[in-house]
Amino acid sequence: MTSVPPAAAAVRPGARQAARRVGKRLSGRAASAVAIVIAVLWTTPTFGLFLSSLRPEDQIKTTGWWSFFSDPQLTLENYREVLFGTSSSSGKMAGFLINSIVITIPSVLFPLAFAAFAAYALAWVPFRGRNGIYIGVFALQVVPLQMALVPLLSFFSEGVSVFGLQLMPAWELEGPARFAQVWFAHTCFALPFGVFLLHNFMSELPGELIEAARVDGAGHGVIFRRVVLPLIAPALATFGIFQFLWVWNDLLVALIFAGGTSESAPMTVRLAQMAGTRGNEWQRLTAGAFVSLVIPLAVFLSMQRYFVRGLLAGGVKG
Amino acid sequence: MASIVLSNVDKIYAGGVKAVNGLNLEIKDGEFMVLVGPSGCGKSTALRMIAGLEDISGGEIIIGDRVVNHLPPKDRDIAMVFQNYALYPHMTVEENLAFGLKLRKMPKAEISKRVGEAAKMLGLEQYLKRKPAALSGGQRQRVAMGRAIVREPQAFLMDEPLSNLDAKLRVSMRASLNTMHERLGVTTVYVTHDQVEAMTLGDRVCVLRDGLLQQVDTPQNLFDKPVNLFVAGFMGSPSMNFVNAELIRTEGGAAVAFAGYKLPVPDSTFADKAGLDQYIGKKIILGIRPSDFEDAVAANGHAGGWVRLPVRAEVTEELGSEINVLFLIDAPPVQHQDTVAAADAGDDEDATLPLVGDKSLWTARVNSRSHVRPGQNIELVVDTHNLHFFDPTSGLAIGHAANARI
Repeated sequence: MTSVPPAAAAVRPGARQAARRVGKRLSGRAASAVAIVIAVLWTTPTFGLFLSSLRPEDQIKTTGWWSFFSDPQLTLENYREVLFGTSSSSGKMAGFLINSIVITIPSVLFPLAFAAFAAYALAWVPFRGRNGIYIGVFALQVVPLQMALVPLLSFFSEGVSVFGLQLMPAWELEGPARFAQVWFAHTCFALPFGVFLLHNFMSELPGELIEAARVDGAGHGVIFRRVVLPLIAPALATFGIFQFLWVWNDLLVALIFAGGTSESAPMTVRLAQMAGTRGNEWQRLTAGAFVSLVIPLAVFLSMQRYFVRGLLAGGVKG
Repeated sequence: MASIVLSNVDKIYAGGVKAVNGLNLEIKDGEFMVLVGPSGCGKSTALRMIAGLEDISGGEIIIGDRVVNHLPPKDRDIAMVFQNYALYPHMTVEENLAFGLKLRKMPKAEISKRVGEAAKMLGLEQYLKRKPAALSGGQRQRVAMGRAIVREPQAFLMDEPLSNLDAKLRVSMRASLNTMHERLGVTTVYVTHDQVEAMTLGDRVCVLRDGLLQQVDTPQNLFDKPVNLFVAGFMGSPSMNFVNAELIRTEGGAAVAFAGYKLPVPDSTFADKAGLDQYIGKKIILGIRPSDFEDAVAANGHAGGWVRLPVRAEVTEELGSEINVLFLIDAPPVQHQDTVAAADAGDDEDATLPLVGDKSLWTARVNSRSHVRPGQNIELVVDTHNLHFFDPTSGLAIGHAANARI
């Protein structure tokens, strides 16, 4: 009789034991107290910002947010003015908020899609030189974004030419069409990390799973859509959230490729302008900052369960 | 259902490793063929080439009447069961079973009918809505089987499907595999390294070693008429006892002499094994199955004419109905490359005793009525009609039909 290989049997209980030990230590009373202190320390400034944004203008300018507790007065006036104000000095944030959304959604979806396709091909489609390509993509991560700004700008405005021979025409985009430039730039900058992350997840999938699907009659398209994508959903969510936060908070790329005008600039650009020109009108800054914070918070909270859940448990005997 | 024919199939991996070497194998329609051999013998590679998961470096594979060399797995109409089940973890049992059918655009009514039938047959009906993570190992194994059954393919390919189960479950799954094959009658190719599984499951068993086919035959024929030392040592548990011996002629007829013992060789053996008489006066390797021994006391009634062999029992392993008696004989262990390879691959239950020296350790399987204890001297009788003789240089069985033309 053959026996079950001892190595496979021995590894799992050990790992589980270690996990349980860590879990126990992290759920102890002292650990909970430390966690609460850290949480309070980290949330206090945000809470102060939130409270300030709700206080009347004259109070913000004369007292700190904590004096709210002795003299509670709240108003939504700041938000109204920042979002919908019509005077030239108000934020007009509503339009920029929409710009931000228009910029962010494609800038997240394009890299997600392209990176998933590329990662699948690099992990599961055998072809010559795929390791070389993977290493190349991986190495691209070390190129700082700032180095690519000028080449990208000249690519958009002059096209590609080699020794005077025009290979690709200039994009020549104006007005709202410049969103495309921002999407393009964000997609390019996100792909190396996205391909790397998703490739790592995909190549961890057991080979038998892919082979079973092939025997079941699936081609690459079906395997990708029906088997691989559902299983790497946590990785997709992770990458999606990171990319979303990065694009949403990005100022540099948007300022350069979308410009600073109200027809294409995102909220971050507007916030920077307000800080510059309206540095003395804090009440609008606090409200504006909070508007820009709400959406990422909602996205994070709605997707966070994907971080926690391990979808892969139980498919293959480990 | 279809037959599968492999002719001169080669597999050469990058780097020049020859995993499968000129494999010729014909698996008949509806046959249960087991590929068995030590790890690295190329049995899994052969199976994966039939499945289309590995390219074929040379030769031809025919399923039914189609040459499938360059067909992708999905066009070969085969179903495969993997060692680690390979269930889709994000789908319920029902979806797992239906996946292959949906991809083939089968009508919904037909899919649910087939899934229902398979689930009923495998006792999975109450688990259809569960995900694989919520199933036990045996249940997952059955789902993997079910995924193959619902396809109703030309052939089942199974790659060590039972090796992840515990011993008891393995035995019961083996039985249900047998009944399943009887009921469905689908051509099956089954890969295992466990020779007990091979013997109990296969209509025919194919023994491979280092990518080379050793012998294909029914389990009983493999056991009774192994073609060479490797097959003889690999099949059967406990494995066959070997010793370097000499074939001599005495006044009472031919005999085989080793380690101070002399066993007469019946005339029927010479009639059976053509060419054995040419070895008289020469060295041979003698093989005796542990089951061809019996305790002289316990077997007194029906083994009166058999030869007695006085030995000292070193170790006894009581198995309930039988006792394995391990004893030493005064001859060095046979160091033929084939026996060494078979012993390496075989089960580790007959591990060598520490104080063997240049003696060889033999095993006899006797009836439990013998009550033999370690350290006791007992007399064993040998069924001399079942002696195996091998050529000491080539390792081939003397007088085996397959070796006659060499």
